[in-house]
Amino acid sequence: MQIIKDKKIIDDTWSYIADDAELKKGDITVSLARWKKDKQQLLASGAKVGVRINSDDSIEEIAEDLERIQLIELDFPAFADGRLFSYAWLLRSRYNYQGEIRATGRYMPDQVYYLSRVGVNAFYPEKVEHLPVVLSHLNDFTVNYQRSVN
Amino acid sequence: MYQYNEVDQTIVNERVAQFRRQTEQFLKGEISDDQFRALRLRNGLYIQTHAPMLRIAGPYGLLNSKQIRKLAHIARTYDKNYCHFTTRQNIQFNWPKLEEVPDILAELASVQMHAIQTSGNCMRNTTSDHLAGVCIDEIEDPRPYCEIIRQWTTLHPEFDYLPRKFKIAVSGALHDRAATQFHDIGLHLVKNDAGEVGFRVLAGGGLGRTPIIGQVIKPFLEKKHLLSYLEAILRIYNLNGRRDNMYKARIKILVKESGLEQFAEAVEKEWLLIRDERELGADRISAMKAQFVPPAYDPGAAQDTSFAEHQLQDKAFATWVKYNTAEHKVSGYRAVFLSLKAPDSPPGDMSDTQLDAVADLADRYSFGEIRATHRQNLIFADVKQADLFPLWQQLDKLKLATANIGTVTDMICCPGLDFCSLANAGSIGIAKEINEALDDMDYIHDIGDLKINMSGCMNGCAHQSVGHIGILGVDKKGAEWYQLTLGGSSENKAAIGERLGPAVAKDQVTKAIITILDVYVKQRLDDESFLDMVNRVGITPFKEQVYADY
Repeated sequence: MQIIKDKKIIDDTWSYIADDAELKKGDITVSLARWKKDKQQLLASGAKVGVRINSDDSIEEIAEDLERIQLIELDFPAFADGRLFSYAWLLRSRYNYQGEIRATGRYMPDQVYYLSRVGVNAFYPEKVEHLPVVLSHLNDFTVNYQRSVN
Repeated sequence: MYQYNEVDQTIVNERVAQFRRQTEQFLKGEISDDQFRALRLRNGLYIQTHAPMLRIAGPYGLLNSKQIRKLAHIARTYDKNYCHFTTRQNIQFNWPKLEEVPDILAELASVQMHAIQTSGNCMRNTTSDHLAGVCIDEIEDPRPYCEIIRQWTTLHPEFDYLPRKFKIAVSGALHDRAATQFHDIGLHLVKNDAGEVGFRVLAGGGLGRTPIIGQVIKPFLEKKHLLSYLEAILRIYNLNGRRDNMYKARIKILVKESGLEQFAEAVEKEWLLIRDERELGADRISAMKAQFVPPAYDPGAAQDTSFAEHQLQDKAFATWVKYNTAEHKVSGYRAVFLSLKAPDSPPGDMSDTQLDAVADLADRYSFGEIRATHRQNLIFADVKQADLFPLWQQLDKLKLATANIGTVTDMICCPGLDFCSLANAGSIGIAKEINEALDDMDYIHDIGDLKINMSGCMNGCAHQSVGHIGILGVDKKGAEWYQLTLGGSSENKAAIGERLGPAVAKDQVTKAIITILDVYVKQRLDDESFLDMVNRVGITPFKEQVYADY
C-alpha cells in the first residue's frame, strides 16, 4: 500500500498489529490500549512503534510517551468527527510532537487541506486511487487567515 | 465598510474553484451524497422541497450598492427574480440550479461576497447591531471586531467539523439589537471601572428546539485577547460537545450539562495556555477600525427646515418618519428602515427591480451602503433629514415604505412549508392572512411595539420563542397546527415565551391573534406596551379569551 507523507507518495512500511495479534518484526502500529498494556515489551523490541488513536481516546494518555512514539495515527470513525482536528493541533502545538501524524479511516479527501494545517503530515487513503486526489487537495488554498502549526 | 485586500479576494476565489471542482466530482459520481452534503452546506447550499436553496453571507448585515445590484442580477439570471433576507442578516435564493451554483458563487466573489459557512456544523456568519456606528447608545462600534471575527472563523482548519452549528453575535450598544443572549457566543462591548472598553462574553445561548438564554462566562475580556478566548471556547466545545445526538449537540447543552462554572473553568484553563501567543495587536485593531471610518457627513445637515415642514404638511410622511426612521448620532441625519413587510409580499422577500432601485437610492441618499436587519428589513444608515421626504416618496412607489417597523405586521417569518424541507407547517400564508385582517394602519399604530415571530417547525428559524407573540407550526397527524407563546424577548431583558395553551388549527390562528390584540387593547394601562402588559398580568387573561370557545 502507498500513502502520502510530506506531500509525496511513498510506500507504507508500517504493519498494523491487532490487539490480539502477536508482535511482528519491523515498524508496527498498535492501539492505545495495547500501547498502555505492552509498552515495555514494545519498547524493548527495538522496532519503531506507532500508536493508533481514535476520537474517544484521550491524547493526554500518551503525552508523556511522545518521544518514544514515532507515528500517531488519527483514525476517523466518520468524516464529521472533528475532534481529531483538535487532537492533531494539540499534539503539534501543545505537546510539540515531532513524529509523523497520519490520518486514517473515513476522512474525506476534501478535508486534507485543513488536516495539513493542524499538523497532519501523512495520509492513508481509503482507496488507493484517491492518492493523486489527496495530493492535489493539499494545495486547495494558497493563503489563510489563521496561523498554521507547521 | 470593509474592502477586501488581496488575501480576502484570493480566499474567496480559491473557494469558488474548490466548490466548482467538488460539484463536478459529485455530478460525475466521484463524491458520495453524504460527503457532498457536508461540502455543499459549507457553501450555503441546501437541497429543499422544490429546488436547492443558496444562502449567501451578509457579513454582519453590511452590503454596498454594487453588491445589491449583483443580487438583483443573480435573481434575474439564476432564480425567479427575487431573493429573501433572513433573520441572520443573510440572503437566500430559493431556485438556483445545482450545476449553476459555482457560477453564482463566482459572480458573488467578483463583488467581495461569498456563501462560505452559511450552513453546516461550523462557525456561521457573525451578526451584529444593524445600527452599529450610527446609533446614539453605542459604547464602541462593533463592526471592526465583527470583521476580525469573520476572518478568523472563515475556513478555520480546526473548527470546521464541530458537533453542531455555531453562531457568534456582537453588540456595541447599551440596547441589545443583536439578540446576543441567544447565540452560542454573545459579545458585548462594555466599559470597566477603569474606563477601558473590552468584551463581556456570554456562552451557551440559543434558540431552536431548546431555547436557552446565554450566561456570562467572562465579565470583562481585554480586546487583545478576543481571538484567543474564542479559540479556547471553540476547542473545549469541539472536544467535548456531544456528537451522539444532533439535538443535544449545541454548545448550550454542553454548558448546561457540565454546569456554567465547570465549563468556564475548562475554557479559562485552555485560554491561559494560548493567550500570550494569540494577542490581537493594537495595530491590527486600529487598522481594522480605519476600515469603518464614518462617511463624509454634511456639517450643515441639521440646518434644513424642510424636514419639519413636510412632517407638518403630510401626515403619512410624519407617520413613516415616526415608525420607519431612527435617531442618528450625527445631528441632521437619521437611519431609515426599508420595510420588507408590505401587506401583499412574503416577509423579507425582494424582487430584482426593487433591489436595483434600492441600490440607486443608496448611492444617492446613503453613501452607497445598505444594511440587513434581524427582523428581515433593510436600513439606509446615513440619510440627511432634508432627503427623507424625497426618499420616502420613492420608497413608497417601490412598496418599501409601509410604516410598520416594530409593529404587529412587521412579522418575522421563515419560508415554511412552501419552500423548506424541514417545515411541518406553512408560515407565509398565515402571515398574509394576519396582514389582511390587520388592514387598518391606525389600529396597528395604536397597538404599537409588538413583535410576532413565526416558524414553520421546531428548528425555529424565525425565532418564535423570543417573539412577543410566537407562532410555531407543528404537524398533528398530517395537519398543520400552531402553538402560540406570549412574552418572549431577545432584547436586554431576554425571555423565552410562555405557551398559551393547546395548539390551534390553521384556520383559527388569525382569529387567535386578533383576540390577543383585543385583550391587550382593552386591558392595557396608559402607555403600557404589549410585552409590559404580558409581564404584568401573565398569560391567563389572553388564554381565557383565545380558548373561550373550546
